[in-house]
Amino acid sequence: MPTITVRDLKKVYRVHQKPEGLSASVKALFRRRYKYVHAVDGISFDIQPGEMVGFLGPNGAGKTTTLKILSGLIYPTEGEVHVLDFIPWARKNAYRRQFALLMGQKNQLWWDLPAAESFQLHKEIYAIENRQFEQVQRELTELLDVTGLLHQPVRELSLGERMKMELIAALLHSPRVLFLDEPTIGLDVVAQASIRRCLLEYNRVRKVTILLTSHYMQDIEALCDRVMMINHGKLVHDGPLADIVNRYATHKIVTLRFHDGRMPDQLDNVGEVLEINPPKVKLRLPRETVAKQSSHLLAQFDVADFSVEDPPIEDIIGRMYQGDSMAQEADRATGEPGRA
Amino acid sequence: MRKYWVVFKVALSERLVYRTDFFIATFLRFIPIITTILLWRAIYDGANRTEVGGLAYSQMVAYYLFVMIVRAFGSMPRLATDMATDIRDGDLRKYLLQPINYLGYNLTLRGAHKLVYFVMAAVPYALVFYLCRGYLPEWPSAGMLGLSMISLVLAFLIGFAINTVIGLLGFWFLEVASFIHVFMTAQYFLSGHMFPLSLLPESMQTVVDLLPFAYETYYPTLILLQRLEPDEAVRVIAVQCVWVLVLLLAARVAWARGLRRYAAYGG
Repeated sequence: MPTITVRDLKKVYRVHQKPEGLSASVKALFRRRYKYVHAVDGISFDIQPGEMVGFLGPNGAGKTTTLKILSGLIYPTEGEVHVLDFIPWARKNAYRRQFALLMGQKNQLWWDLPAAESFQLHKEIYAIENRQFEQVQRELTELLDVTGLLHQPVRELSLGERMKMELIAALLHSPRVLFLDEPTIGLDVVAQASIRRCLLEYNRVRKVTILLTSHYMQDIEALCDRVMMINHGKLVHDGPLADIVNRYATHKIVTLRFHDGRMPDQLDNVGEVLEINPPKVKLRLPRETVAKQSSHLLAQFDVADFSVEDPPIEDIIGRMYQGDSMAQEADRATGEPGRA
Repeated sequence: MRKYWVVFKVALSERLVYRTDFFIATFLRFIPIITTILLWRAIYDGANRTEVGGLAYSQMVAYYLFVMIVRAFGSMPRLATDMATDIRDGDLRKYLLQPINYLGYNLTLRGAHKLVYFVMAAVPYALVFYLCRGYLPEWPSAGMLGLSMISLVLAFLIGFAINTVIGLLGFWFLEVASFIHVFMTAQYFLSGHMFPLSLLPESMQTVVDLLPFAYETYYPTLILLQRLEPDEAVRVIAVQCVWVLVLLLAARVAWARGLRRYAAYGG
């Protein structure tokens, strides 16, 4: 049985339109104009116990709205959602004891108190048994290397340390489902890696189900076997991360290093030149021609080193986002007679 | 219940972070009273009267001193604003995610704040009351003292409930500062904080008696002043109980309805 089931989920927000100018503002006092925003527009998916799923999409695509619905903060407009057999927005205590939502930009800890006191509070709010509490707290503080900071007021911690404490607070009650919204935002590389390590370890040992959004592709690559991509409220991809590369990477990156620094002159007709840094050259070639072009290059020139790679996942996804909005603009343009 | 006890303890230690601020603030609170008392001195002398609104000058001084005590129970600094801000900025989220009741949590928090305040302010208050001992009535009987304590606790609950209802308006209005301002002004005037309500014309007194504000400040102050007979004091306490129930119920309804709206539109 899946941990999370979502069927035809829709969320429409009514947004008040504020017109420009004074007279328009006065008119708006009497007749308000609303715009309806389809934040989530009919998505369905299942997540199995212990899965770690990455939730990708540009800003405003509907990721956070979906997480809010799953954690019971908002009602959907339409559709069915079950998490651990609960309907999230009923906000039963039995459900709230079994999941956690961690938002990278919001804090839950008491600002003026040491994290240890906030943890004590969590212990009582979630009715965690003494032994379990001690054990989980020790495990996590060691794993994240913050044992020495437990008794320091939270306001005196660095952003990375604070985020680690937030993560511990979210995990103290051993949630079976964990929603993470940008958990590593604004953190340095070391802190990011440390949080990733903790999540991996935690998932491995406790089989917790994780749904995570992040703009850092390293987070997704390191943690998630499966990726759901959402754009304009619709699910545009659901599958292994590698599938995105296979499906959407239209090009490969070929790097060549030439012997003796002798560079050929006419590389432009081979493919798009990304970088010339003698004796190294980076080319972007269409996937279908990579094999032919490569053998051609190797035969013609004195090549010392040669590699073919997929473009960075960020580029692929960035292009997908752009491609989508370009397609939309094209739709709009053709919809208007005389301008197409 | 245990979790609210821990909320209480954590709130206590949080409050103790700002000790110095506390002492200074407590003393500063007495300064406006001095001007008020001087003003009344001038009124009594100028009108050449020994009684105004049924109170002798010394009783008037005692009235303001006791109002300070009652307000220490009933006032909820920033409660309404904080709740409205929680709603507007989405911090409400954290209470919705956790298995805890937002109103119960806030009530516990305020209880802890009050306790810390009383402990911290005990010395400055004792000093001021000692200096003004000439104006004060006799030490009350054990029975009246008991009634006074009950009335003060109810004043605390009325203050909490009214401010909660105002703060929860934040579910419907983006900006509640103007509501809070109107409410504070009305409360200052109608609760007896500004002057004893016996100074009001009779017709207005009837109206004021129908509102909760007088039961938050004026009547508890009269009990402390021993201006009420025990049976009158018991009646005041009964009406206070009714207000607590009505206002807490209103807060619960506002919470449930507001949350439905919040969950539908934002979150």
